[in-house]
Amino acid sequence: MDVVDVLWRLLAVLAAFLVLPLLVGQAEHKVMAHMQGRVGPMHAGGFHGWAQLVADGVKFAQKEDTVPAEADRRIFRLAPALALVPYLVVLVAIPVGPDGFVAQTLDAGLVFVLAVLGVGVLGSLMAGWASANKYALLGALRTAAQLMAYELPLLLSAASVAMAAGTLSLPGILDAFEWWWIPWQLAGGLVFFTAGMAELQRPPFDAPIAPEEIIFGAYTEYSGLRFALFLLAEYAGIVVVSALTAVLFLGGWHGPASDSLGWLWTLLKTGALSFLVIWARVAWPRLRADQIQRFAWTVLVPVALAQLALTGIIRVVTA
Amino acid sequence: MSFGSGLAKGLAITLRTMTRRSVTQQYPETSPSLPPRSRGVIALFEENCTVCMLCARECPDWCIYIDSHKETLPPAAPGGRERSRNVLDRFAIDFSLCMYCGICVEVCPFDALFWSPEFEYAETDIRELTHERDRLRAWMWTVPEPPPPDPAAEEPKEIAAARKAAGRATGQEAGG
Repeated sequence: MDVVDVLWRLLAVLAAFLVLPLLVGQAEHKVMAHMQGRVGPMHAGGFHGWAQLVADGVKFAQKEDTVPAEADRRIFRLAPALALVPYLVVLVAIPVGPDGFVAQTLDAGLVFVLAVLGVGVLGSLMAGWASANKYALLGALRTAAQLMAYELPLLLSAASVAMAAGTLSLPGILDAFEWWWIPWQLAGGLVFFTAGMAELQRPPFDAPIAPEEIIFGAYTEYSGLRFALFLLAEYAGIVVVSALTAVLFLGGWHGPASDSLGWLWTLLKTGALSFLVIWARVAWPRLRADQIQRFAWTVLVPVALAQLALTGIIRVVTA
Repeated sequence: MSFGSGLAKGLAITLRTMTRRSVTQQYPETSPSLPPRSRGVIALFEENCTVCMLCARECPDWCIYIDSHKETLPPAAPGGRERSRNVLDRFAIDFSLCMYCGICVEVCPFDALFWSPEFEYAETDIRELTHERDRLRAWMWTVPEPPPPDPAAEEPKEIAAARKAAGRATGQEAGG
C-alpha cells in the first residue's frame, strides 16, 4: 500500500462522509414532509429543493459564532469537532464491497468501530458541560445516562455476530456470512439498530435534546457553523449506524451479482435502514427519560443476552 | 388494544400519507382557485355611487372616506325646477383598518360595492394601504360573475315578484 493508494482511499472516505449524511438529511426533509402531507423544500436549487442543505450550510456559515461569557471556551469550541470526527473515522473501517473494498482492513475492526462510536457521544457531554447553562447540562446528563444504558445492548448484540462469524474483522464477518444468519441474528439486529438509534439521540429516544423540555439540550448555546457541525454529526451518525447494521446483520454486500454490484447492495441496505430511522422519527412520539432507561434495561439487555445464548448454542451444535 | 398496535398504526398512517399526493399548492407559481364570493378586496363601481354615505356610516371601522360636492343641473324642461346632484370627489378605503366584514357591500342600495377575489395588494408601508377610487374602480374588472343559484334553490325574490306582477298584468288584460 503506497502513499498514493492511501490518499485515494482517504479521499474516498472523506467524499462519502461529506455526501452521504447530506443525502440522508435531504431524504429526511422530503420523507418527513410527505409523511405529514406536505411537500418539503421546493425552491433551493430549482428541482424539488435538492440544494436545500447546501443553502442551509451557507446560512449557518454566515451566522455569528457566539460563545457564552461563562463558558469553558476551549472545550466549548472543541466539542463539535469531537462529536463529528469519530463518525469519519468509523467510515474508514466499514467494508463496502467484496475483496477488500474497504478503506482499511482492521483485524479487530468491530472493537475499533464500537469504541470510536462511543467517543462521539463525548462531544455532547463536553458541549453540555462547557456551555455553563443548566439546560445544556441537563441534556448532557441525559445523554450520559442514555449512553450508559444503550452501550451495553449495542456491544452484546455486536458480540453475538462476532461469535457467529468467529472473527472481529468486519470484512471477515462478511466473508463468513450465510443467508440464514439474518433470521438467526434477527433479535440481535433489532437490538443493535434500536440501541444505535438511541445512541444517536434520534426520536423516539431524543429526550436529551427534547426542545419542549430543555430547549436543545447540550447544543442550546451553539450557533453558526459549530451548531451545523452537531447537526452534520447526527446525520453522519445515522449513516454509520445504518451501515454497521447492514454489515453486521443484513449481510452487507451480499446479494445477487455481489461480485460486481456489492457496493450497491451495501448502499441500498444502508439507505433502507436510514429510511427506517427517519420513519421512526415521524411516526412515534418521544419517550420520557425514565422510559428510555426502562426500555434499555428490561427489554434490550435481556433480548441481547438471549440472542448471545442462542448464537452460542447454535455455534456449538453446528461446530 | 394489544401492546405495540399503536406503534404499528403510527407507521402505517405515515407510510400511507407518504404515498398519497400532497394537497400543497405552490402559491406564486400556481395561483389558488378561490371559491366564488371570496372576500379578497372591495371594488367600487363608481358609476353607481350616489354618495348616499350609507357605507361610510355603517362601516364599523370607519375606514371608508368619501368627499363630494353638489352640482346644480339646469331644469330638464323650460320653466322647470333646477335639480341638484351629488358628485363624488374622493372614495377611499383604508385596508389597514378594514376587517372585511362586508357590511358596506351589503348596505349599498345602488350596487356600487362588490367583493373581488383579488388579494395581492400588500404594501411595505401601512399608509399605502389606503386605496383611492381609481384603484378601487380598477378592481371592478376582477369581480366575477355571480355563480348561478343551486338547481334546488328557492327562486330569487326579485324574479318571483316580477312574475307575480306580470301574471297580474296579463290577468287584468284578459279580464278587461
